[in-house]
Amino acid sequence: MNKPYSNINATLALAKASFRSIMRSPSAVVFTLAFPLIFILVFGFLGGSGIKVDLAVSPGSDLQNPVIKALEGVSMVHLVKDKDALDIKNALEKGNYAAVIDVQKNASGTPAYLVNVQYTSASMDKGNILKSVLNNLLYSLNSKDVTPTIAALRESTVKGRTYRTIDFILPGQLGFSLLSTGVFGTAFVFFSLRQNLVIKRFFATPVKKSSIVFGEGIARIGFALLGAIFIIVIGHFFFKFTLIHGLITVLNMLVLAFIGLIVFMGFGFVVSGMAKSESTIPPISNIITLPQFLLSGTFFSIDAFPSWLQPISRALPLTYLNDAMRKVAFEGAELWDVKFQIMILIIWGIGIYAVAVKVFKWE
Amino acid sequence: MERKEAIISVKNLVKKYDDFTAVNGITFDVYENEIFGLLGPNGAGKTTTLEIIETLREKTSGEITVNGFSVDSDANKIKRIIGVQLQAAGYYPNLNLVELLELFSGLYDVKISPMEMLGKVNLQDKAKAKFKALSGGQKQRFSIATTLINSPKIIFLDEPTTGLDPQARRNLWDLITEIRDAGTTVVLTTHYMDEAEQLCDRVAFVERGEIIVIDTPDALIDNLVNSGFERKKEVKKANLEDVFIHMTGKEWRADN
Repeated sequence: MNKPYSNINATLALAKASFRSIMRSPSAVVFTLAFPLIFILVFGFLGGSGIKVDLAVSPGSDLQNPVIKALEGVSMVHLVKDKDALDIKNALEKGNYAAVIDVQKNASGTPAYLVNVQYTSASMDKGNILKSVLNNLLYSLNSKDVTPTIAALRESTVKGRTYRTIDFILPGQLGFSLLSTGVFGTAFVFFSLRQNLVIKRFFATPVKKSSIVFGEGIARIGFALLGAIFIIVIGHFFFKFTLIHGLITVLNMLVLAFIGLIVFMGFGFVVSGMAKSESTIPPISNIITLPQFLLSGTFFSIDAFPSWLQPISRALPLTYLNDAMRKVAFEGAELWDVKFQIMILIIWGIGIYAVAVKVFKWE
Repeated sequence: MERKEAIISVKNLVKKYDDFTAVNGITFDVYENEIFGLLGPNGAGKTTTLEIIETLREKTSGEITVNGFSVDSDANKIKRIIGVQLQAAGYYPNLNLVELLELFSGLYDVKISPMEMLGKVNLQDKAKAKFKALSGGQKQRFSIATTLINSPKIIFLDEPTTGLDPQARRNLWDLITEIRDAGTTVVLTTHYMDEAEQLCDRVAFVERGEIIVIDTPDALIDNLVNSGFERKKEVKKANLEDVFIHMTGKEWRADN
């Protein structure tokens, strides 16, 4: 009884208890690990193949000619043979095929073949890609034995890193995982501890309020960072997620995850203070998480959004976390290179904790 | 009973909420190593008084010392020497009893053996159970175990037997008496007079935020009898509860 009271022991005991509790809470595990992994799985298998253009071959078309042979060699074009005219017409109208091709021997001699291509207005974008593929292909076929008179094109490709879908999706999912753990987890825990008088019972012990917040924080951050490592490891080894500088990149990502999590936990504190009952936590939390989930470049690049929507996206903290994560992971940026993104996150953090201090309730 | 030193001293305690006065100038002492009961109907101010002594609530005015420490300046010293059982308090979710006791040992910063603590309240076989899965009586016993972690000088029990069946109540009385016999002062609230009569060394009647009387149960009864009071019905040598306990047994039950 005479030894001085240790706040550190109290904080660590709380952290341990909280961590055990989180690990046994199905919702925490589902939101932090299962959801992001499912999305990564789906997009990991979907992505990577690039654009494919379906091109139907007309039933009456000649198949033994250099044009069809050359098209079969183009990886971007998928030739659909053995379909009858009616099927092709239907598919064209729906935009399932980009075009139909019909190659015929020219009875009058030169040129040796005539190529008829019919595009569909239902799939103009792919049609245009196909158009340039065909132009390119016919040009090289036609000029095979001809010496160019004006200029010869010499093409080469710089060998760069392959940007896979996973390189875009994984940081987004990681950000979402941190957002949901931070907001939902923190909000639920502090609300239920308050509601069930667990915190009141804590107050009857010599523990300090700051120890309670830190203990909870350590547990939640520990759990979320373990989740992040798990997601990164699965992404890297199963879906070839790019980690330019290996371990250093992972560490940088974890630092970003930590900063993001602190900000998101601030939202959680606010929600737990605002909620009047347990059932109001999910709607309030969703108001915070869903817009960020959809608008912060989790699934699609913000650049793809209409221009009136982009300012909203650029106001959200998750946008900057995702952005920084992608720069660090794929472009190999250092933390100093993403200082702008970090700064925005910190500004959000200051703002949200200012609100949290006002609305957070202990009892 | 010989007079002992006061371990808790409450003087002119007042607690006001806006225009409602919950506690209106209460004064009493609790002596070392006794079981002291605050009795009274719901809303009389028992819990408020207790929580102010436990340093969980601010008082409006008055003076309180616990083991010589003032609630105003030494709240943390008081917290280290008391054990508190709250009315209807919950415990950290998803943890079993052993883990909860480990948590509290950290919060009090003391080393304990969780199984030994559970042994004191006869819950060893529930070590791996969750608090929520316990019966009413087991929950109260576990709550009492958490109050004993820091080997406190005083424990506070707020309506420890409310809602329990007769066996569970009697088991709890035995447990509380053992704790007192081991040298701990016990302050409890109840609205059961039979409980106060059996269990408490001294009681205070609280009504509308004021103390009407403080004395030993025996002295209070004797005073009333001496004043000429008689029960309307002649008292039988046993009551219905005695019959119930006699017929259903007094042993510890798995579910209480």
